Amino acid sequence: MNANSNIRSGNPLTSLRRAVGGFSDGVRDWWAAAPRWTRWTVYGLLIALVIVAPHPAIGSFMSPYSHWPSLLFSPIGTFVLLAVGLNVVVGQAGLLDLGFVAFYAIGAYTMAVFATKFGWNFWGILVIAIFMTAVSGIVLGSPTLRLRGDYLAIVTLGFGEIVRITAQNTDYIGGARGITNIPHPPTIFGVDFALDPLPYYYLLVAAIVLVVIFAKRLERSRVGRAWEAIREDEDAAELMGVPTFRFKLLAFFVGAMIGGLTGAIWASKVIAIQHNNFPFILSATILAAVVLGGSGNLPGVIIGAFLIAWLPERFRGFQDYRILIFGGALVLMMALRPEGLLPARRRRAVSGNGGESGDTEPGATEAGGQAAEEVAK
Amino acid sequence: MLLEIRDIHVHYGKIEALKGISLDVDEGEIVTLIGANGAGKTTTLKTISGLRPLTSGSIAFDGKDISRLPGHKRVLVGIGQSPEGRGCFPGMTVMENLLMGAYTRSGDFSKDLAEVFDLFPRLAERKTQAAGTMSGGEQQMVAIGRALMSKPKVLLLDEPSMGLAPMLVAQIFSIIKEINNRGTTVLLVEQNAQQALQIAHRAYVLETGKVVKAAPAADLLDDPQVREAYLGGSLGQH
Repeated sequence: MNANSNIRSGNPLTSLRRAVGGFSDGVRDWWAAAPRWTRWTVYGLLIALVIVAPHPAIGSFMSPYSHWPSLLFSPIGTFVLLAVGLNVVVGQAGLLDLGFVAFYAIGAYTMAVFATKFGWNFWGILVIAIFMTAVSGIVLGSPTLRLRGDYLAIVTLGFGEIVRITAQNTDYIGGARGITNIPHPPTIFGVDFALDPLPYYYLLVAAIVLVVIFAKRLERSRVGRAWEAIREDEDAAELMGVPTFRFKLLAFFVGAMIGGLTGAIWASKVIAIQHNNFPFILSATILAAVVLGGSGNLPGVIIGAFLIAWLPERFRGFQDYRILIFGGALVLMMALRPEGLLPARRRRAVSGNGGESGDTEPGATEAGGQAAEEVAK
Repeated sequence: MLLEIRDIHVHYGKIEALKGISLDVDEGEIVTLIGANGAGKTTTLKTISGLRPLTSGSIAFDGKDISRLPGHKRVLVGIGQSPEGRGCFPGMTVMENLLMGAYTRSGDFSKDLAEVFDLFPRLAERKTQAAGTMSGGEQQMVAIGRALMSKPKVLLLDEPSMGLAPMLVAQIFSIIKEINNRGTTVLLVEQNAQQALQIAHRAYVLETGKVVKAAPAADLLDDPQVREAYLGGSLGQH
């Protein structure tokens, strides 16, 4: 990456990448310098956009082939919420989790079991589901978080599969047939939850807004700083007095809760769930959304999840070629922005381009390169 | 004694890295551990700071046994370490790195920051630069400065001169001396035995996980065996 920054002409990919990078960095700098009222205006506009998003006029362009409001709920809305949850684990604490779908599944099955077998109220089960997944996050985390990097990734991958296969083979929760006839949420404030996807979409939007505020506050707190230190250098973090194990467990705990929340809402909308709804590829897709958007940066992660969910549907007209085109779009995006569409400021800083450094010591560029490679991992 | 290490054994899997090391560090001293690659110097430091668990033996700090204390709690009793290599947080700015050093403390750090910037004026110029984009020497300064921010009673330094240009090496060593003069005890691990022995009060020589020699640093500088093994033999005398 560093070598490229010295080449002014030549490789068109490099110059295109720089143009894209320059634009998004410009947006970031503008945002960082923007006064409070500007930010609130932008927040307001975003909320307004999200509220009018299901309108058919927007839908006819965004989704000519499928029912747009349904898409907005799932996969778009669910992917966004899952990605925000996974971002806590991967983006903030730097723990590579390949089994995130497990928490989504546990949340969904909790909703299904408590609603169909015990007839509990939706809102009550929502709380139970969040609690159950948080506990399962601890159960997964406490024996495995002593592992690092690739080993942790393998164990979490295994956990995802264990949960799915257990669901498949447990007759109490429907076995391979899954659970059907999950009741919809009760009517609230005169809003009727039934087959229309709109109320679910707005419920999910409310959940996303709350979770984003929660995640942002965490990020700026002492906990967020500890996670950041762990992500950058776990041993050094321990040497600074950060109880690394406890904070890694907390990241799993928080991420799992968000995954469970998503699963529970989703289950109440689709009525029927089965183990096939929770394949490994879903974990990988959510991870792709986080990495593509810019691991560690919430706006980036949300945009990444949106694109990952939306693009394959938008390309549906290409039929069997749509996944090929989707793959091509992913490759193109990673070629243009290897650190993600909107990376966290820190990653951007480390991945070369530290232009202000007037240092001539040869070690400098080398260190930058190494750090960038580490981030890329 | 501020730090008393008695017969510690440490394993990596089945391989015994430390085979019964004992050493002492008294308040106000600079003590150095020298030895070749793989002698166990870094492992010794990591065991003291709690990054590696002990198989047997004991570590006492300030009269209290800390053998089983987790690493993050050892910071609270007064052990600060600058890790091997460029052990700073590369994506954080210099300032954020230093503030991470004070993670366990609360209150006003401006005096401590001023002291670090006084020791390392270079860092004061680069407060807002991401540490990962700085040179090796500067990153080493960040790592040492960050360790000082926890107000340690003993500062553990792991190869602070590794990979640095000779002029920078001399500078780092004079800063270590200065840190010690200001009242912080230093335990220094070095391959650069010549420089380390010149600033240290006492030294231990490690070989394959054991202490083979313990003596005042000045004596080791003249010791023919040590000269032969770690100081480039007698070539310099001709």
